[in-house]
Order: sequence, then C-alpha cells, then structure tokens
Amino acid sequence: MATAFKTVSNDNDGPHKEQTQAEAVVVRFAGDSGDGMQLTGGQFTLSTALAGEDFSTFPDFPAEIRAPQGTTFGVSAFQINFGSIDIDTAGDAPDVLVAMNPAALKTNVRDLRHGGLVIADTGEFTARNLAKAGYDVSPIDDGSLGRWQVLAFDISKLTLEAVKPFGLGNKEALRCKNMWTLGLALWMFDRDRAPLTAWLRSKFAKNPVLADANIAALNAGHAYGETAEIGGPLKQFKVDPAVSAPGFYRTVTGGESLALGLVAGAKLAGLPMFFGSYPITPASPILHALAKLKEFGVTTFQAEDEIAAICSAIGASYAGQLGITSSSGPGIALKGEAMGLAIITELPLVIVNSQRGGPSTGLPTKTEQSDLYQAVYGRNGDAPMVVLSARSPSDCFDVAIEACRLATQFMTPVLLLTDGYIANAAEPWLVPDMDDYAPFPAVFHTALPATGKVAPYVRDPATLKRPWIKPGTPGLMHRIGGIEKGYGTGHINYEGDNHQRMTDARHDKIEGIANFIPEQAVEQGAAGGKLVVVGWGSTYGPIRKGVQRARAKGHDVSHVHIRHIWPLPKNLGELLKGFDKVLVPEMNTGQLKTVLRDQFLIDAKPLNKVTGHPFKIAEIEAAIEEMLK
Amino acid sequence: MNAVTPITRPEDWATDQEVRWCPGCGDYAILKAVQRTMPEIGATRENTVFVSGIGCSSRFPYYMETYGFHTIHGRAPAVATGVKLANPELDVWIITGDGDGLSIGGNHMLHLLRRNLDVQVLLFNNEIYGLTKGQYSPTSRVGTKSPTTPFGSVERPVSPCAFALGAGARFVARTIDTAQKAMPEILKSAHAHKGASFVEIFQNCIVYNDDVFADFTAKKSAPANQLHLVDGAPMLFDGGARGIAFDAAAMALRVVDILDGDSSGVLIHDVSSKLQAQLLVDMPFGPFPMALGVIYHNPAPSFEAAVTLQNATVSMGKSTDLNALLRKGQSWEVSPRE
Repeated sequence: MATAFKTVSNDNDGPHKEQTQAEAVVVRFAGDSGDGMQLTGGQFTLSTALAGEDFSTFPDFPAEIRAPQGTTFGVSAFQINFGSIDIDTAGDAPDVLVAMNPAALKTNVRDLRHGGLVIADTGEFTARNLAKAGYDVSPIDDGSLGRWQVLAFDISKLTLEAVKPFGLGNKEALRCKNMWTLGLALWMFDRDRAPLTAWLRSKFAKNPVLADANIAALNAGHAYGETAEIGGPLKQFKVDPAVSAPGFYRTVTGGESLALGLVAGAKLAGLPMFFGSYPITPASPILHALAKLKEFGVTTFQAEDEIAAICSAIGASYAGQLGITSSSGPGIALKGEAMGLAIITELPLVIVNSQRGGPSTGLPTKTEQSDLYQAVYGRNGDAPMVVLSARSPSDCFDVAIEACRLATQFMTPVLLLTDGYIANAAEPWLVPDMDDYAPFPAVFHTALPATGKVAPYVRDPATLKRPWIKPGTPGLMHRIGGIEKGYGTGHINYEGDNHQRMTDARHDKIEGIANFIPEQAVEQGAAGGKLVVVGWGSTYGPIRKGVQRARAKGHDVSHVHIRHIWPLPKNLGELLKGFDKVLVPEMNTGQLKTVLRDQFLIDAKPLNKVTGHPFKIAEIEAAIEEMLK
Repeated sequence: MNAVTPITRPEDWATDQEVRWCPGCGDYAILKAVQRTMPEIGATRENTVFVSGIGCSSRFPYYMETYGFHTIHGRAPAVATGVKLANPELDVWIITGDGDGLSIGGNHMLHLLRRNLDVQVLLFNNEIYGLTKGQYSPTSRVGTKSPTTPFGSVERPVSPCAFALGAGARFVARTIDTAQKAMPEILKSAHAHKGASFVEIFQNCIVYNDDVFADFTAKKSAPANQLHLVDGAPMLFDGGARGIAFDAAAMALRVVDILDGDSSGVLIHDVSSKLQAQLLVDMPFGPFPMALGVIYHNPAPSFEAAVTLQNATVSMGKSTDLNALLRKGQSWEVSPRE
C-alpha cells in the first residue's frame, strides 16, 4: 500500500533530483467541476496502464453538472491508487493531492496522508476564491498545512505562458491548466508523454490549435518538474511495473464491463438483446455503451420512464429476445410492479441496479449498497427474485453473463446489483476469451404437447421452469398475464389451492437455483475459525486488503465474498457456522447482515458506513481487531 | 411443426374461456366485432398479439384465440413497444380503457402515439371505472356522481381523440360498441394503416354508467346526432338535412341547414387534414353532432421500421467478433516471464 516509501539514490538521472521508490502511490486530482479533473484522472489512468502498473480509481464528482465556480460543493476529484503490488482499492489516503483551487484543498486535504504532498495552484488562491472556500487567510501562508509538504506555485500563470504562442483567449488558455498539471504528474511518475500527445491530437483533430496548446501545456508541466530549481518536496516517484499474469489487458470501468458482459451473455444464450432504459445517474453509462453496439444484435430503447423501460423489456422477452433494463435505486422502485409481472409470467429478464445513496433522490453521484432489501424483498406479494452482485469493475462482466444464464435457463427475472463506485471506477482487466465460456442456448417450445392442449405453465421437473413460447409460433397460441394462473394451463384461476400451489412453485423454482450455482468459496483463510468477514459487492477490495493485513499480523480471520445474494449458495450456512464470529461490512445500515441472520440464525455483526465513499482498508482492519479482542 | 389451418370463421378466433363481463356489457359487442373482423384482414392467429393493461376492457385478450398478454395497469403500450421492436412481423393490438389508457397510462399512450409504433389501439371509453366499482374517470363529464365524487365531479374531462391528435397520432377514428357494421370497417382501416392507429370506442357500462352515450347512440337520437365521416364526402347528418360548415370569419365550425339539397357550403371531409380533425374532435356535443368514423389518417414511417432500419444500417460492414470488441480500448500486453 501507499506506505512503503524509501528514498534511493539515483545515479542516472542527472544531478538535480532524488527519486523515491514506492510500491504503490495514491494520487488525487481535485479541482472545480469545470477544471477537467475527471479527464485528467482518466488520462493519468491510461498512462498508468501503459506503464504496466496495477491500479484502481475512484472518480468522485458532484451531482451538479457545473456547480458555481470555486465553491466547495462544486469540487470534482479523481483518485488513483497504482503500483507494483496488487491493488484492490483506490487507496485509503492520498500521498499526493493536486488542488486546483482553495475549495479543492479545503474539501480534500484532510484525507491526505500525514507527510503527504500538496500541489496547489496559487493562481487560484485569490481573495474571492479563498472566501468562497471559507478561508479567512490563505492556508498556504498561515501554517495550517504543517502536517503536509506543500508545493504552491502559480500553475495558472505558467499555463498562460506556455500557451501564449497559440493566441487563445484567456478563458480558453486557462482550460489547458489540467494538461499542465498532468504533464507535471507524468514527470513525477516517470511516464511516457507520447500516448497523451497522440490522444490530444485525435481529440482536437478539428481544432489543431487547441491540440497544440494543450500539448504545449503538457510539455511545459513536464519540463517544470524536470528543470525547476525548487527541490524540496517535488521529487520523482519510481514505481515498478506490477507483476501481472501474462495476457492481454485493457482498462475497464464497471459500466463498460457490465455492458460487454450483457452482450456476451445474450450471445451465449443465442438471443438478440433488447435493452430498455431511462437515463439515471449512475446507471446511464450502460445504456450509452450498448447504444453503440447494434451490430451485436442489440436494440436499445430510451423509454419515456422507468416503468416503460422495464415493461418494454418484458414485452421483448415475451416476443423471444433477451429483455434487459437498467437503473438506479429510485428507478428500480418505479419498476417494482413490473418486476412482479415478470415473476408471475415467468419470463426471462435482467434488471441492473447501479446503486447510489438513498433514500429518494439521495446522493445521485455517491456510492452505497443500500438497495439489497429492495432487491430481495421489495415487491408486493410473495415475489421471489434472483439477486446477484458484482464486486469490482471487471467482475461485472462475469456477473452479467451469470445473470443472463439464470434468467434464460430458469425463466425468471434476475436483479444484478452493482454500484456507483464500480460503475465509474477503472481497473486493469485481463481480457477473457469468449471461447472459454460454455454457451447456454435458450430453448423455445414449438411443439404441441401430447395432450393436444397448449400448456404454458407445465414445469420442467428438474428446474421447475415453464416453457418459453414466443408469439408467432403456430398452434401454440395462449394468453399470459398478471392474474394468478392455473397450474399447468395458465388460465385465469383464483382458487385458493391453486394459488398455494403456484406460490410454492414460484418459490421452489427460485430456491432450487441454489443447486445450479457454485458453492460459496472462501477468498482467504480457512473454511472455519475465529472470525469470518462476509462481504458482497464493491466492499471486496477493502475487505480483501483488510483481511490480508490482519492475517499478516497472525490473526485467524477469513474472507467470504458473496456473489449470489438470492438464492444464497447452499453451503453458505454451514460454512459461516464454522466460525466463532461473523462480521459483515456494508455501505448501508446492515442489510446483508439481516438476511444472513434470518436465513442461518447466526449472530452476524454489522460494520456500516454510508458516507458516499468506499470503506478504507484501515477501517476494516480496525473492525477485525476489535472483533478479535 | 403444427399444421396451419386457414382460419375463416369468427368463432375460430374465440377461446374456450368463459367470458366474464357483466351481462349486457358493451364489451361483448366489441369482442364480436373484432372476432368478425379478424378473418377479413388476412390476419393469422399465431402472428396476432393482443396486449392489454388493467380494467374490464383489458380482459379482452383472454377471449381471443391469438397470443395475448394481460399486463399491468396502464402499461400495455410499453409492453407492446417491446413486443413490436423485438418482432416487427407480429400484428399487435392494444386493448385499453379510459382509465387504463388516459389516467394511469396516459404517459405511455402519449409516447406510443408520437413514436408511431405500428399497432392498433382500441380504447374502450365508458367514462367510468368499472372494475373498481364505479369511480369517475378522466373522461367523466363535469358533475358525474360516483363513490369518489358524491357531490359530482368538478374535473374537466379529457377528449381521447383530441389527446391522440395532440400526441401526434396519424390515424384517429371513433366508433360505438353497438355499431356492428361500422366498427369492422374502421378496424380494417386501422389495421391497414402502418403506424399507430387510435380508435376510441364508446362503450356502454351497463352497471355503473348506463346510457351515458344515449344522447347520440339511442336509435331515436342517433340520426340527428351522429356525423358519419367519409373521406371526400360532404359532412352531412340528420338524414342530409344539416351539415357542418367552416365559418372563416370566426375560424370555427358551425351547423348549417341544407336547403333544397344544396350542400355547396358544407365541408368536405379530408382525412389528411389535421386542422379539420382537430376541429371535428373539439365540436361540443349538443350544439354539434358526434363525429364518428375515420377522423384523421395521414401515414408516416413507423417507429419499429425506423429502429430496424437504423440497426441494420449502422451495423453494415461492422465486425461482430465479440473477442475483438472486448479487446478494444486502452490495452496492453504482458508477456510471459523468461
């Protein structure tokens, strides 16, 4: 982690600078929403990937598109943790904070590691901006930043000088500040500028002057690090490439990987995909990604609302495609009634929930895991739902395929939980080969049963699924709907005994899926002992690292991470009962904890956090220590 | 495979299910008219899908020997959109009512019509909520007494056809449940129209709103109060004794008496004129007759055709190699260690 610095002498790198060797470094870029911090972070991530380092990112931006300039609520930040060791989280505390204005400093500096480095643009530390951030005097001058190393200089002015030859207006010229900063960061971490230059050329292909200006700013920032006679805290960090398994890698965000996984899942099912969705933060990137992939048999439909989005997907599944819908908590709430329709009509459907802070509109751009109850329980009637969860950006790919498999093989809606953190965070992905995945072709029924009567609710004895009969099939006309159906026939049936039988059948079908999913594995540690930390979703990284550290200290602790939330793996109860204590860290008030207690009558202890930020490793580690006291 | 037998009789379109509407309900007549129409439009049972929402009318699919989907309240247009986009070959009919289609599902109706999905929408308007036992609906007139408006409704009603025109519907027609001759012809025109066809059917709820349309549907009052629109023909009613004219100075329609068979000042119905259609659906009943028949018909490319075309066009020449897609983006290779 970002703690192992050692200064090494460097004979090859000129006389003027010392280099710091680091296993991993956490850098946070913070600025105004309009400063291009997400872009800077994204490009720094690319250079990190190209340098062969492992990484994990955390973009953290406000819900407002362009909040008033200089305000604390308008600060947009991008954190990246990268290094030569395996990286599971975006890092607990930044080692380097780049603060483009006083508000960015104010909202971010307290997270900085003691002794970490602040790089601040003094050009933005004007009286007006200081006041907006709530500073009476500049923190750069008043000694309040004493815990950290501070490097303050006028990046604005340096940028203006660098781009002067291109004759840009003041506003446009200052927009190049982020590239200047990126140039400095590239120097600090010994990165190649060529890919960035190429990227800027293609981005500004229609405006070569802007390309030239941005490249000049990038080069000037880099040269500043190289030549500035400042010494002191500004030093180069040398980070070796990570030892990764051989293969082909790409960077991937959760949104991208989920979209690709859905495409792959539909292909493995042998079905065209219909994706009905309504824009909502942070789920929209999935719709954006799929809208471009029509050549893969994808139809995307931006519906008039969340209800129409899921209903159109149900209609498409009814007609024989793989219907998928996607949203975030508030939108999922609106889809509730239609989920019940998919459950009672037993049609395949995948529902993706990119969770965000709630309730109601809540925190649209901040991450949370508080929709687990909604996923498992949140419908009227006895309405069992298959629920899966993704643990990381790259994991979204496999979980999306699993969702498509279960939906089509069991004729059921499947709810896939991801979250805002996973959706936006990027990590390296060892790209899989589709030939390694076993296809699960969907089967449509086309023959009349021997009885001569169409029987849309006759169940497969092994899986209890009903046949999928699509309209257009001669001789098999039938009617389905949201009213209770007669067992086997599918005709309207209000009789009590029939309702009991159908309710039981729907329940047993979903419960039986536990026989067709992998047993729960233990991520780390023994399958029994003093303590197990049980997680789900995006808490994977911090739990993994927290358990790793505790184990390194000699603690008897294991890590179990659940992908199949409902039904739960059939060995999970026995597995958890093999531990004296169970700790469940979640970014909610204890939802999986409740499910585990209910299902297994175990004394699962919660560890909860809903600040919009992922758990820190240290927080998990401390909770482990506390439990083992 | 199963043999496809030619289906030529109305009873071939009936299911073995017992029809569960109240005795005397207007829905029976509509069901009969639809079952009579199906053999005449060259439809096949396997390629026909009836999609409905919730309400008395929405039980309709259970009685049609076709594919059928009885969905949830107000959402039939959304489900039908998915069905039609997934398989444009299917012949999709939406059955809805004034509550289902214009109250809880009003939003979906608006968007289905503006997108011009190629389906037939049959909106059974009985100006009341039947299945929930008689509450007023969005088409109920001011003063309607119901369990939720014991002192009379103070809400202004929506006109389904005006709503449809406003939403951009390109086929709008109006008929009456008992019009067993006129309705099949309207249904045929609606079916022939490529795009969203909106048909309002005045349907009598014998239990909760009996005779609410009697002013123009009763045998005695019908001739003087029904204007049967025929494209290209003068707008005459009351046995040809009266007609509809356009008062240019007032920019409004007015009723004129026809003297000596001279209908020269009477408007000629032009189904492609939106302005005329809007004037016709806005005619206040009483001073004016009720306009029936095909009010507006002005085809344009349908939604699912545009989607299918774009999907095909932008896919042309593109690789469908999924492995290649996965490898796009910012990538690098780690070689095996020596």
